[in-house]
Amino acid sequence: MSTKKERIDRLADAGRVSREEGISLYQSAWLRLRRDVVFLIGATIIVLFVILAAIAPWIAPHDPQAALLIDQVRPQTNPVPGPQDGFPLGADYAGRDLFSRLIVGAQQTLIVGVLATFGGLVGGLTLGTLAGGVGGWADAVVMRIVDVMLSIPSLLMAFSIAAVFANPSQWTVILAIAIVQVPIFARLLRGSMLAQRHSDHVLAARALGVRRPAIVFRHMLPNSLGPVIVQATLVLATAIIDAAALSFLGLGNPDDRQPEWGQMLGKAQDFFNSFPHLAFYPAVCIIVVALGFTLMGESLREALDPKSRR
Amino acid sequence: MLRFVIRRGLQLFIAMFVLSVLLFVWLRSLPGGPVTALLGERGTPESTAALREALGLDEPLHVQYLRFLQRALEGDFGISNGVLRGAEAIDVFLTRLPATIELSIFALLIAVTLAIPLGYVAARRHGSALDTGSVIGSLVGVAVPVFFLAFVLKYFFAIRWGLLPPSGRQSVSIDATHVTGFFVLDGILTGEWDAAWDSFRHLILPAIALSSIPFAVIFRINRASVLDVLDEDYVRTARAKGLQAPVVRQRHVMRNALIPVVTTIGLQIGALLAGAVLTETVFNFQGIGQALALGFETRDYPVLQVLIMMAALIYIIVNLLVDIAYAVIDPRVRTR
Repeated sequence: MSTKKERIDRLADAGRVSREEGISLYQSAWLRLRRDVVFLIGATIIVLFVILAAIAPWIAPHDPQAALLIDQVRPQTNPVPGPQDGFPLGADYAGRDLFSRLIVGAQQTLIVGVLATFGGLVGGLTLGTLAGGVGGWADAVVMRIVDVMLSIPSLLMAFSIAAVFANPSQWTVILAIAIVQVPIFARLLRGSMLAQRHSDHVLAARALGVRRPAIVFRHMLPNSLGPVIVQATLVLATAIIDAAALSFLGLGNPDDRQPEWGQMLGKAQDFFNSFPHLAFYPAVCIIVVALGFTLMGESLREALDPKSRR
Repeated sequence: MLRFVIRRGLQLFIAMFVLSVLLFVWLRSLPGGPVTALLGERGTPESTAALREALGLDEPLHVQYLRFLQRALEGDFGISNGVLRGAEAIDVFLTRLPATIELSIFALLIAVTLAIPLGYVAARRHGSALDTGSVIGSLVGVAVPVFFLAFVLKYFFAIRWGLLPPSGRQSVSIDATHVTGFFVLDGILTGEWDAAWDSFRHLILPAIALSSIPFAVIFRINRASVLDVLDEDYVRTARAKGLQAPVVRQRHVMRNALIPVVTTIGLQIGALLAGAVLTETVFNFQGIGQALALGFETRDYPVLQVLIMMAALIYIIVNLLVDIAYAVIDPRVRTR
């Protein structure tokens, strides 16, 4: 119906079993990825990001939650303390060290991205397996709902879902972003399973008398995972950007003790015209990480696409 | 062809039904339920009870749904309690729609006029520095949060250098006559050139910010599509026949390459609507996007309900039109 859907379907198609001799789809993909500059740049960014998130509390010079420079904050004249000794980027409006908050912010940003993607993945896997594996009525009903959800602009849907909660928190942000991803993963998985339904290995399994659940989970699902991984990598990027947009609209987590880049960027809007650096640093972090995931996802997609293999 | 249109029309009907159910469920799951949602925190016990009665909240679910549907079809979504206090929610949508359409058209124009030539050149010089650079540029474009780009543009062009106005749709000093609600068009129609020029200047920055996402998408689709077509036999044949390069480009390459691009352009409406929420807020541009953001901020559910439904509806209908247009251009689609 739409290119959004076509794109999903094309990706679903890419996971079909390779017919190349002696080498699996994943092996051949890996051989290509190893030499792919785009993939290597993306992967390097992501590895550094994950390491940063893991060791952040130990390398941050200050406690990101401590209002160390609060006595320099003058709400009327100088709401944001500038850079100084021991505080290379200065502090935020609550006198907390900006540099430390950026470093520790990697943690929450990673958590939001991963959990939102994971939630969308689990929901989409359930619906997609139901539709693609069972077929018939389940397929028709699930796909109609999925298609309508896909026809609502996704960011708009995330805003609407986030607005349902009276007390927004990190969890409602994650949930809103995750739900938006469910129909995408569901359609992807269903398409990929339908493509396999009449393939030889499923036919062989059926002829051997393997029962349906076993066919679905052991023979069809593993073969569908390639496109799902590609999509998940791309979703990680949008999840982090969307979290920032939610925060910008006041639909994000209001509790900012634990720093998160999207929230830091969203909350910096009040100071943008006089203190743009407050938004600039978290924005650059988000852009670099989102770019890393996008580069990785796009090169994975190309590597897994049988059409582009040479 | 007629059968195709009828089938798609039926699908539209089903889509609208599912959409209305989703909206109904959404409205019922809002904090405090639909009564608090519609009345806000100022609801007295009496008015709450009255609205409960009016909404028929003690009746069975399917009856409630039918009532909701009837009210929606009559355009009765309640009274705004935040965005424009006291106004009919549907009127908030109608008065603000022209601004967003004007902004979206302008943003789309920028995106298309840049993306299509650039996509063609990048594909022709596949693997060159220009190609790699513009592909990476388009990926960066997607990675930049739209509202941050808007802030950066506003900061430099409006605040630091003062080249363009930082917010609004028209300067307050200009006393313009409004006929259609499309401010630039109004200025041209009434011959108030200063008003048209002023509104145009207000459009530039938000439109550039808003165009970043459709630009990246259209560029990449066009590039990939031109690359595909350049590999086709008929292009080689055309060249072998000795046709002039411009003729091959116009008649053989672009005409075929643009089919998927046209579809993509139509579908960018969704991205534009969501992006408008962020861009219009940064530039305080009074369109439906800013009304949505304000609605979320003030929890103005009557207005949100209209805006979300209309946004989804516009998107679904554009989807359908694009589908039909696609089938007209490419006969293979009809039989699928």
